[in-house]
Formats: sequence, C-alpha cells, structure tokens
Amino acid sequence: MIEQLICKNVTLGYEGIAVAEGLDFKVCEGDYLCILGENGSGKSTLIKALLGLKDVMSGEISFVNGASSREIGYLPQQTPVQRDFPASVREIVQSGCLAKCGLRPFYNKAEKERCAKMLDRLGITELADRCYRELSGGQQQRVLLARALCATEKMLLLDEPVTGLDPKAQLELYELIARLNKKGITVIMVSHDIHMSVRYATHILHIGSHKQLFFGTKEEYVNSRIGQSFILSEGGEEHE
Amino acid sequence: MSDLLNTLQFYLGHSFVQRAIIVGLLIALCSSLLGVTLVLKRFSFIGDGLSHVAFGAMSAATVASTLLKAASHDDSDLPMWLAKFLDETNDMVIILPITLAAAIMLLKTGQNTKIKGDAAVAMISVGSLAVGYMLVNMFSTSANITGDVCGTLFGSQSILTLTNTEVIICIAMTVIVIGVFVLFYNKLFAVTFDESFAKATGVKADGYNLLIAVITALIIVLAMNLVGSLLISALIVFPALSAMRVFKSFLSVIICSAIISVVCAGVGMILSILFSTPVGSTIVTADIVVFFVFMLISLILKRE
Ligand SMILES: Nc1ncnc2c1ncn2[C@@H]1O[C@H](COP(=O)(O)OP(=O)(O)OP(=O)(O)O)[C@@H](O)[C@H]1O
Ligand SMILES: [Mg+2]
Repeated sequence: MIEQLICKNVTLGYEGIAVAEGLDFKVCEGDYLCILGENGSGKSTLIKALLGLKDVMSGEISFVNGASSREIGYLPQQTPVQRDFPASVREIVQSGCLAKCGLRPFYNKAEKERCAKMLDRLGITELADRCYRELSGGQQQRVLLARALCATEKMLLLDEPVTGLDPKAQLELYELIARLNKKGITVIMVSHDIHMSVRYATHILHIGSHKQLFFGTKEEYVNSRIGQSFILSEGGEEHE
Repeated sequence: MSDLLNTLQFYLGHSFVQRAIIVGLLIALCSSLLGVTLVLKRFSFIGDGLSHVAFGAMSAATVASTLLKAASHDDSDLPMWLAKFLDETNDMVIILPITLAAAIMLLKTGQNTKIKGDAAVAMISVGSLAVGYMLVNMFSTSANITGDVCGTLFGSQSILTLTNTEVIICIAMTVIVIGVFVLFYNKLFAVTFDESFAKATGVKADGYNLLIAVITALIIVLAMNLVGSLLISALIVFPALSAMRVFKSFLSVIICSAIISVVCAGVGMILSILFSTPVGSTIVTADIVVFFVFMLISLILKRE
C-alpha cells in the first residue's frame, strides 16, 4: 500500500474557533474514502484544507510519495454563480488543464487531446459544444468530473457530488466514480448517503460535532457501534 | 436626409471629431471585454463604486490645479508648471492613482465577509460624490459650476477637445487591456467560472482578481471622458448582459459583447452629432435598445 495523504491530529476552524478537532487518518493509492457527518460538522472545510485553500489551525496535512495538493481533481459543492454561466462544456473541461499550461497563454495539442479523452471517458463527447447552463444536473456533474480528471489522474476530491440528482442519475454517478476508482484513481468523497458510502467505499471517516468519531475500513465501520447506530437511524428515516 | 448626411460629412472632416470617434470606439471595446468578467464574477459593484470615486478624484484634481495656479507668482515657477502639467494630462496623474487605490480597496472589502461588501461600496462611492461636489463648489473659479459637474457626471464635451497626447495614451491603454486579455484569457475564464477550483489547481486567483480590479480602474478613468462617470457602469454592463442572453460559450459572449459595444458607441456618437444630443446618454440608450432586442431574440429562440 503506497500512502498518498496523511492527516495528523488536524484541527480546523474559522477565526480561531475550532469546527473539527483531532482529525487523524491516512489515504493510500487506490483507496475510496467516504467522509460522513451531519451538516456543519466541517466536511467541506476539511476538503478545502486538503486542497490547500485553507490553513489548518494545528496539526499537519502532508502529501507523500509524489502526491501533491496541486494534483488533485476537485468537484466542488455547487455554487449558485455557475448555474447561469455562459460557457461551453469544452471550455469548462479544458480549464482543468490550466495548471499544466504554466505561463503559456493557450492550450496545446496534448491538452486538447486530454480534454477529448476525458469527455469520451465520461460519455459526454456529444455534449462538448453545448452550453453548460442548459444541461441537466447529472450532465453538469459529469462535466465537472471531466474537468477534475483533466487536472489529475491520481486523486479525486468530491464534495457531495450527487446532491440534487434524481435516484437514477445518482446511481449512475456513483457507478462512474466506482469505475474510475477501479482504474486506480484515489477517491475522497463527502457524502450524506450512508448506504451508498458503505456499498462503494473502502474506508470511512465519520466526523461528529467537533471531533472525529471513526476512521477505518468499511468492514470495521459496519461492525462498529457508531456505524451500526448510524446505519439504523438513516435506514429508519428512509422508510418513513 | 441628404441634409443629415451633409452635416455628418462636415463634422467627420474635422480632426477633433475623428479623434473623438477613435477614442470612443476604443473605450467601448475595452469596457465590453472587461464587462463580461465583471458581470459574471458579480464584480459590477466595483465598476459602479469606482466611477463615483473617479468623480471625487477629478474634483480633487480641479481643486489642486486651482490652488497651484493661485500659488504661482509668475508664469514659469514650479506651481504653474505643475498646474500646466495637470491640464496637459487632463488630470490623469491624480485621477488614475486614486482610482487604482480605490479599486484595490473595494476588491478587498468586497471579499471580506465581516464588513458587508455592498454597504462598503455604497459608503465609498456616495462619500466621494459628496466630498467631490463640495470641493468643486468651494474652490472652483468657473462661472458655471453646475454645468461643469453635470458634464463630469453625464459626459462632457471634453471628448471633443482631446489632444494628440490623450489619443495616444488611450491607444496605449487599449493595447495593454487587449494584450492582457488575450494572454490571460484562459486563466481569466477559470478564475471567473470557479475560483476555488482554479486556486486548487495552482492558479493564482488573487493575483488575477487584482489584475481585473486594476484594469477596471484604468478603463473607468478612460471612459469618464466619453460617457461621464455616472454612465460608465452602463457601458460595462449592458453589452455583456445582452450577449449573455443569446450566446452560449464564453468566447462567443465576449466577442459578441465587444461587437455590440463598438457598434453602439459608433451609432451613438454619430446620432449625437446629427441631433446634438449628449454623447454619453445617446450611447447608453443605444446599448439599452440592443439589450431589449437581444432579450426578444432569446425569447424567440426559446420558443422554437
Ligand atoms: N467562511 C466561513 N466563515 C466562518 N465559519 C464558517 C465558514 N464556512 C463554514 N463555516 C462554519 O464551519 C462549520 C463547518 O462548515 P462546513 O461547510 O465545513 O460544513 P459541512 O460539513 O460541509 O456541512 P454540509 O453538510 O452542510 O455541507 C459550520 O458550522 C459553518 O458555520
Ligand atoms: Mg459541505
């Protein structure tokens, strides 16, 4: 197992007030880590810290064995600004290659080919010249996923990628992500859906209010007390 | 009809009118290029705030020039030289730095979650309007203060009295703006579309935001001559909004809004010559008409 990311006793917060404390976990190549936790427990904050968009208050996040925070494909929790943005699918997916450009003003042939490859891989080649804002939610997520893949083929960070999709589209997206994972891409995903997490993930990180409740493999989680009670409570809600 | 054409021909023969039209078209081009980014980034408030700041700065420059002239004893001493220098450059040396500083300040407060960004902008912009008007009233030696102020707010005849130096400054700035835009086009797109993704892949988003603010300041100072400080936002916002109604990719929106803006500026200036209407409001009216036409087009396209 080649380690890629190590989080040691990390505390996250805003303006001196801690949101989540004692985050301790590591991610290896090819892992599929699901981050669970209620609203406001600091999942998005953790994602931002992993991306280097936000400093940790204490502790240490380190990338090892050639991984780096600059080589992460990121699928953000959607912001309202994007919804009416006039941009073609191709323009958006290509922007994932930007880091490879450096100071060069335009994309070169290799980057354009990479973009075409990713479009093909996610089955959205025929959408390439469509307008992003006219796509369905599921198609939009695929576009953003293709952009993330343009940025890297090592590690994907997904913040609630299925929000707002209908059950069928949700399932398709989960399957797609699982296929990418099988090809060797490390996946770190924030999710609210415990059943899907347990089905696809290899590891689970569960954050409670203010502290880490669980980190370990999926099997350990399912057999742990916290895992059992969470699965039961979520299952109960769905039957109501 | 031939009467109108004759008038037009007569005016277009004058070099000052030619200069005005060249400068007008260039300003329209620059402001529309930037407009798309500003609108999509929800930064149009910066443009609006800055135009008021530029008015305040202009008043300060007028006051400075008056004071310098009063302080000089003969025609060749330092104060007089400074005053002449101010006149030469159309007060740019004062207006530009102040507006640039304000642009950077607005950008920083706009991103600050603690102070409400829009309230800060309102404070700064209305504040500089008030102080500017007061200064002009206290110190100006002009007989027609209201006329002067109205000119700066809604566009004055100063577009018709451009010197060759000013035309050259304007061309140089246009080249800079277009150059920056072409060189950083892909980065500007990424930063506009999704700032946190851009940052995560290592694009220096804060630097590009600063670049956008600085260029906005440049354009506003330039555009003050054309449409006056109150109407600049219209020049920046309308072409972008019209183009966004109909076109679907970033590139086509930018190209279309540049075309709209240049055509409207050209048509507006010619109409204002023919019917002696105020230049600024005529151009903006043309922009508004185009906006409604594009809205209609988009409705029709949706029906089909
Ligand atoms: N920019 C900010 N400034 C101050 N506090 C913030 C900021 N962003 C988030 N917070 C606070 O940090 C906490 C964690 O927020 P975060 O967005 O990480 O939650 P989350 O786990 O992603 O929730 P959700 O499931 O709703 O997405 C919340 O209590 C929130 O109020
Ligand atoms: Mg979140």
